[in-house]
Amino acid sequence: MYDAPKLETALDQQDIKISADKVQVYYGETHAIKDVSVEIEDKTVTAFIGPSGCGKSTFLRTLNRMNDTIDICRVQGNILLDGEDIYHAKVDPVQLRAKVGMVFQKPNPFPKSIYDNIAYGPRIHGLANSKADLDVIVEKSLRRGAIWDEVKDRLHAPGTGLSGGQQQRLCIARAVATEPEVLLMDEPCSALDPIATAQVEELIDELRKNYSVVIVTHSMQQAARVSQKTAFFHLGNLVEYDDTSKIFTNPSDERTESYITGRIG
Amino acid sequence: MPLSWLVIIVLAVSAVGYYLGRSRALAAAGGNSRDLHSLPSYYGANVLMKIIVPAFGVMVIWLLAQPLIIDRSVASMIPPSEIDEGASIGLVMAEVNRTAEGIRNAVAEGTMSREMAEDGRAEFVDFTQRLKDAGQIVTSNLSATIVRAAQRTNEMVAAGNMYMTALVLLIAAAGLGWGVKEAKPLFRARNVVEQGIRALLIGAASIAILTTIGIVFSLAFNTVEFFRLYNAWDFLFGVEWAPSFSGRGGSSSLGVIPLLWGTFYISIVALAVAIPVGLFAAIYLSEYASPKVRAFAKPMLEILAGIPTIVYGLFALLTVGPLLVEIFGEGGWLGVNWQGGGRAVMTAGIVMGIMLIPFVSSLSDDIINAVPQSMRDGSYGIGATQSETIRQVVIPAALPGIVGAILLAASRAIGETMIVVLGAGAAARLSLNPFEAMTTVTAKIVSQLTGDSDFASPEALVAFALGMTLFILTLCLNVIALVIVRKYREQYD
Ligand SMILES: Nc1ncnc2c1ncn2[C@@H]1O[C@H](COP(=O)(O)OP(=O)(O)O)[C@@H](O)[C@H]1O
Ligand SMILES: [Mg+2]
Repeated sequence: MYDAPKLETALDQQDIKISADKVQVYYGETHAIKDVSVEIEDKTVTAFIGPSGCGKSTFLRTLNRMNDTIDICRVQGNILLDGEDIYHAKVDPVQLRAKVGMVFQKPNPFPKSIYDNIAYGPRIHGLANSKADLDVIVEKSLRRGAIWDEVKDRLHAPGTGLSGGQQQRLCIARAVATEPEVLLMDEPCSALDPIATAQVEELIDELRKNYSVVIVTHSMQQAARVSQKTAFFHLGNLVEYDDTSKIFTNPSDERTESYITGRIG
Repeated sequence: MPLSWLVIIVLAVSAVGYYLGRSRALAAAGGNSRDLHSLPSYYGANVLMKIIVPAFGVMVIWLLAQPLIIDRSVASMIPPSEIDEGASIGLVMAEVNRTAEGIRNAVAEGTMSREMAEDGRAEFVDFTQRLKDAGQIVTSNLSATIVRAAQRTNEMVAAGNMYMTALVLLIAAAGLGWGVKEAKPLFRARNVVEQGIRALLIGAASIAILTTIGIVFSLAFNTVEFFRLYNAWDFLFGVEWAPSFSGRGGSSSLGVIPLLWGTFYISIVALAVAIPVGLFAAIYLSEYASPKVRAFAKPMLEILAGIPTIVYGLFALLTVGPLLVEIFGEGGWLGVNWQGGGRAVMTAGIVMGIMLIPFVSSLSDDIINAVPQSMRDGSYGIGATQSETIRQVVIPAALPGIVGAILLAASRAIGETMIVVLGAGAAARLSLNPFEAMTTVTAKIVSQLTGDSDFASPEALVAFALGMTLFILTLCLNVIALVIVRKYREQYD
């Protein structure tokens, strides 16, 4: 029924990149994430699936402390990145976000040139010593974002002038330009057409070589195609977390089965 | 019959008409409103509309036209010998109208009998005395001609009012008949009322547009008149502003350059104050302030916009001017002796800048808020701090809109008058020293038209040319600002 994940057999014992333990998230009085514990592996694509409003985005945003920008949001529990607590007082969320990059649902290029969109992160983090350095970073990032060939002749044209799919790949390139270790993607393909979606999915598979990728998706096919691990969320709970092949062929929880066969959602 | 009675009667007739139209339509449908094309109230509204609109329309037109016609016919009664040297027929007619009104009031109060008021051979000395006794303001030397003219005016006013009343009532009755006759089940009252409402809205919009056009035309006519008396080149490029006060022209230099320079200089100082303060306030309010602070601070800032400019003018005159003299004046804190008096470009500029802060801040605040949150998220997601995000993403994204806001503030600065009159003085001067008194186009328009000005002299007419200059200047600024703001809006739609 679903495409078998391409690389499941090659999946050997991986390092744990992020380890979340008993995480609770509240928006004011609303308890949005309830007691979620999960271990996200390095050099793996992990998919978060679940019905709308179940807390996928919320949980994703706790992983790079983007929730800090929401006043009413409170996070409890432990989240370790490479064994270090990211909510520890001495951790600077700004530095953390350079290590844990994020790509959003709607492509959001800055109203700047393509070049400056990519150079934005390296500039604020001082990753380039010279203009030549910066040029190298920009080219490398655009290549990783699989968009270099399309934009190399117009690096100084505005990023907002690209098509939706190109914009999203530009945003991915922008996120990888700061050399993150983890890449969080919140429904990165939901605003794209099928062709652009295929390009981005291919890119995600590419990125797995260097990064740990976490992707929120509403498309079960997409989860099955690109991910090795899948987490199913329901009403703020993590119901089931396992190898993607297991989740889609032989889920152990009834709710997971109902969801992937289309009975809840 | 007084006007208010007429209005009440027409309103009463229309109320009756509404009721009749409604009930007649219902009756025609046998009491079943489903058999009617429209809801019963639409049949009533149709009658109401057909009474009110033509009746009040005719009344308004009549009231506007009557004084003009009467004036013209009475003016022809006054022989040229009655007009004093240096005065015009307009002044005499004003006198006539004042007297006519005085007589009417005196009759209404009972201090003068109706017979006397209308008596064509009444002794005018006696007449003047009676009017004064009645407490009506009349000049001491009422001439016989003026009294007769006033009496004639009153006769015509009385006759005119009578005809008008009759006509309006007739029209109201006709409208009643027409509307009630239409109230049949198949009549599409709803559509007719819809059209009526549309016409009403179009009428309101056209009044607004037509008045604007009218204002521009009156400016333009007088400007052309001025250029007939005074060389346009000398006006546009003259560097000296020295109107002669004798009032008989010839020796005046009316160059606009010093005034434009003053306007420009004071506006620059004002914007130099308003842009940074307003913009930073907007950034604080939209990006940093908690909702509580924002709910308190934003209205507080906007109160600044509600202070009448004359109050700012007083502030400039009494507080800022003396303070600046204390700092920059002779023996001041800095010991530089740059500023002679309180009135200076600086004084007016700073106070005007304070006045403009809310314009800049409140518009910029809206524009900064319109920058999508996703843009900020994108920046935070890369690991930018808040101020980096604001400086490098939010402000560039909002920049076109902010420029638009600044241009709108600039056009306010250019048009400002009271602060200049009180803060900058009245000396037209081409100088670079911001601590010297200067004046602006607007302030000079005021001074050229106040006092006893003869509206036919270039010294008075120049005010219209100045007004036109100002109008064109601010119009250009506003158009540019609107184009920029609109372009910016499209970006995120
Ligand atoms: N900024 C916010 N303020 C308040 N409640 C929020 C906010 N964002 C999300 N929520 C609530 O948290 C719950 C989870 O939302 P979300 O994480 O966006 O779900 P998902 O991404 O799975 O659709 C929802 O009930 C939502 O209403
Ligand atoms: Mg979501």
